[in-house]
Order: sequence, then structure tokens, then C-alpha cells
Amino acid sequence: MMFKKGGLDMTQPNGTGPVVLEARGIVKELGGNTVLNNVDLTLAKGDLKVLIGPSGSGKSTLLQCLNLLHIPEQGRLLLDGTQVNFKKKTDLYLLRQKVGMIFQEFNLFDHLSACQNVAIALRKVKKQSKKQAHDRACEELARVGLADKLDLYPAQLSGGQKQRVSIARALAMDPEVLLLDEPTSALDPELISEVLVVIRDLAKAGMTMLMATHQISFSAGLAHEFVFMENGQITEQGAPDALLAENSGSRTRDFCAKISELTGAEA
Amino acid sequence: MNDFLSFIINQVIPHLNTGFFVSIKLIVPSALLGFLIGVVIGALRVYGPWPVRKLCNFYVAVFRGTPLVVQLYFWYFALPYTNFWGVRIVMSATACAIVGFSLCSGAYHSEYIRGGLLSIKTGQLKAAQALGMTPFTSVKSIVLPQAFRHCFSGCCNEVIYLIKYSSLASIITINEMTGIGRGIAKASFRNVETFLVVGMYYLILVTLAGAILNYFERRMEIPGFDRQVR
Repeated sequence: MMFKKGGLDMTQPNGTGPVVLEARGIVKELGGNTVLNNVDLTLAKGDLKVLIGPSGSGKSTLLQCLNLLHIPEQGRLLLDGTQVNFKKKTDLYLLRQKVGMIFQEFNLFDHLSACQNVAIALRKVKKQSKKQAHDRACEELARVGLADKLDLYPAQLSGGQKQRVSIARALAMDPEVLLLDEPTSALDPELISEVLVVIRDLAKAGMTMLMATHQISFSAGLAHEFVFMENGQITEQGAPDALLAENSGSRTRDFCAKISELTGAEA
Repeated sequence: MNDFLSFIINQVIPHLNTGFFVSIKLIVPSALLGFLIGVVIGALRVYGPWPVRKLCNFYVAVFRGTPLVVQLYFWYFALPYTNFWGVRIVMSATACAIVGFSLCSGAYHSEYIRGGLLSIKTGQLKAAQALGMTPFTSVKSIVLPQAFRHCFSGCCNEVIYLIKYSSLASIITINEMTGIGRGIAKASFRNVETFLVVGMYYLILVTLAGAILNYFERRMEIPGFDRQVR
């Protein structure tokens, strides 16, 4: 299969670095519905792309296809230029280690303390020693400002703290790409900013990220590119400034105007 | 009245004490083995491939669906007459009892474990796999420890049952507490004293087991999995 160009311009990797993750012609069906219809997406090193679109447009499914929690029916996925064989289990496990995932519902392991949450994958997947994993976990938790919460269990943490632990857990695996699926949508309004601060710091440190979010004004200031999805397809993509400009007439602008009316945030 | 007590102290208790240890030797291995079978079968019934799931369901249906007495009769009296490809299995009475109790107990345990596994949100499994864990590691290290805390009280219940159905071993010639009690009663015709004491022995055993299991339950308690109302 050749690199097929859709009616849209291909994502340009911002000239910042080599392509890290590349999805070509991803088709995913769930329960008889085509949830993703021929989606192409490229993430270059240091990219921060933001996925927006109405609910049910396929944002979550796309993110889960990119680290193969869902296996696409069609299409290809290339990590650092190497194609991933969907049928090979070890390929899947390896890709998932390199492509971190942050969930809307945090999905912390409820029976483990914050520190153990971060350490367990290091021990079970990367086969590190107990001490090595523990030290790394402490380090990552300190990075997200939770150095004093190491021994607390998820039930004892606030939503914002849980999400920061989950970010630390993903970062400890040294991922090349971080996928964030509406990381602040399940949070109380006053807890959102502590998570956004962590994400901003990551972006500044040059982490390659793809984030589905409704935090338009926040992401407009950070993102290299907005990717607008509707009905399982990417219908618009480009620099936030261009898409959100007064006279752009873009679907993205319409959508953002609509949700900011509701939330009161300025687009 | 004096005679009542002296008969108990001199005749019943010394004999029952030997039976007590025979019972313990049946109960402890059966409880451990039964639990192990329950965890494996329970996990396979939830996460196993389709044919394995069906096979495990069949196992549970058979062992929950037939009386334990019949199962014990089968292991002890019928199995020696069967012949699978020239192999004939003959087990001692104790082995028969342990096999019978474990398999039956395992079927019930697997039902509790299955319920516990199903109570864990899929997000936990997804998060584990998103970190690169294999399905086996995810279930073993993430889902099972949580599921086990949810279903522990059910499993305790099963162990308590096991203590009491260990008395059925007496029908396949094992002289555990009930068997010895029956012997004393038959020889002395003093059924009241004998079976009162036998009953008390079981009561003590169950209370003891309850206390031990309770201790484990408390030790496994962590925030979010404690006994407070959730």
C-alpha cells in the first residue's frame, strides 16, 4: 500500500524531528459500525497534536488503535519507521511500552500505592529490580509534584493527583509517544489546572504527544496542530491559529465556539 | 451427671482427639488445593479461550451438580473398577477424600473467584496492557489481587463448609472425628454424650478457622478495599 494522500494536506512534522509514530489508512469497526474510516496521522518527534471533535467521532478509538489496545481491521502502524505486525504478540507488547497512554478515568491500580503503581510495570515488564523500580518511581512522582504522596493508595488521592500518578506511571516506561485521552474530563474544575501544568511542562520538555481534549484555549496555546475528527475521519487539521481565526470558516472554529459557549472559556 | 462427664472425659475426648488430627490432615490440604483449583478454573472461565471456558464450565456443572457423597463413592468404590487405556487408578481412602473435597471445593471457589474477577473494571486490564504487560501478567498482578479481596469472604465461607463436609470422609472408611464418634456411640449406646462432643469439636474448629481467616482478611486490607461501606 502506498502512502495515500486524502483530500487534505498530510500532516507536516513541524520540521522538528524525525517521524516517530505514523498511522496509515486505519480502519476500525466496533459492533458493526465503522468507527474509524481510513485515518492517517503522523507524529514527529516533539510534536504536540490535539484531537478535537464531537463525542462519538472516534477520538478515543483512534488513540486506542495507536497503541493497539484496539487492533485495526485495516491500515498500518509504523514506529520509528518500522511497521508493527498486528498479528505478532511481542510486537504489540513492545509498541505499547513505547507508546504511553493516559486515560480519562485514570485507571490506577486500586490495590497498589502511588509508588507501586508506577513501579509495577518497571518490574513486571522491564524486569527491573525492586530497588531500581522503586527509585525510578519516586523520581517520576517527584517530577509530577507528588513526592510526599508515595505511600497513599488511589482511594486516598484526589482526581488531579490520581491523573498525575497515571502520567508518572506512563513516563516511567520512557515512552517515545504519549497518548492522552481527555486527561482532564473526569476532574473537578478546580483540579484541572494541576494536571494541565504537568502536561504543559511535558510539552515544553519536548515530549511527543497526541491529546484528545476539550480544553481548547489551553491547547491552542501549546499545540503545534489541531486535528479535527468527525464521523470517524479527520476532516480538518492545521495550526490552531489558522483554524481558529475569525475568517477561517472552519468546522473546527464552529465546534470550538460551541463548546466554549457552554464552558465559558474563550476559544 | 457425674457419669455423664466422666464418660465424656475418659472415653469420648481421648478418642476424638486422634480423630481431630485425622480431620485436620484432610481439611488443610483440601482447602489449599481447592482454593488453587478455584483460582485457576475461575480465571480460565473468565479469560480463557472459548473451548477452555466451556470445559471449565462443564467441570463446575458436574461437581456442583452431584452430591459430594456420590462423588466420594465414585472415587473410592467405582474408580478401582474403571480402566482407561489399561491404566487402573486405585487411591487410598485419604487420597480419595482429599481429591474429592478439593475438586468439589474448587468448583465452588471458582464461582466466587469468577464473580470477583467480573467485578473489576475493564479499565484496570486496559491500563495494565497499555503499559506493555502480557494478558497473563495483567491478570496475575493486577486483576487477581483486587478480585481476591472482593471475593475473600465468599472463599472463607467455602472453607467453613469444607470443614463440615470433611465429616463425609467417614463413609469411605476414614476414622476422622465423625467416624470415631460413630464408633464410640455404636459401642457404648451413649449417643447423646458422644454426638454433643463431636458437634462441639466442629464448632471449635470452625471458630478457629474463622479467626484465622479473619486475621488474613484484616492483613490484606488497604484503603479502597477495607470493610467500610463503599
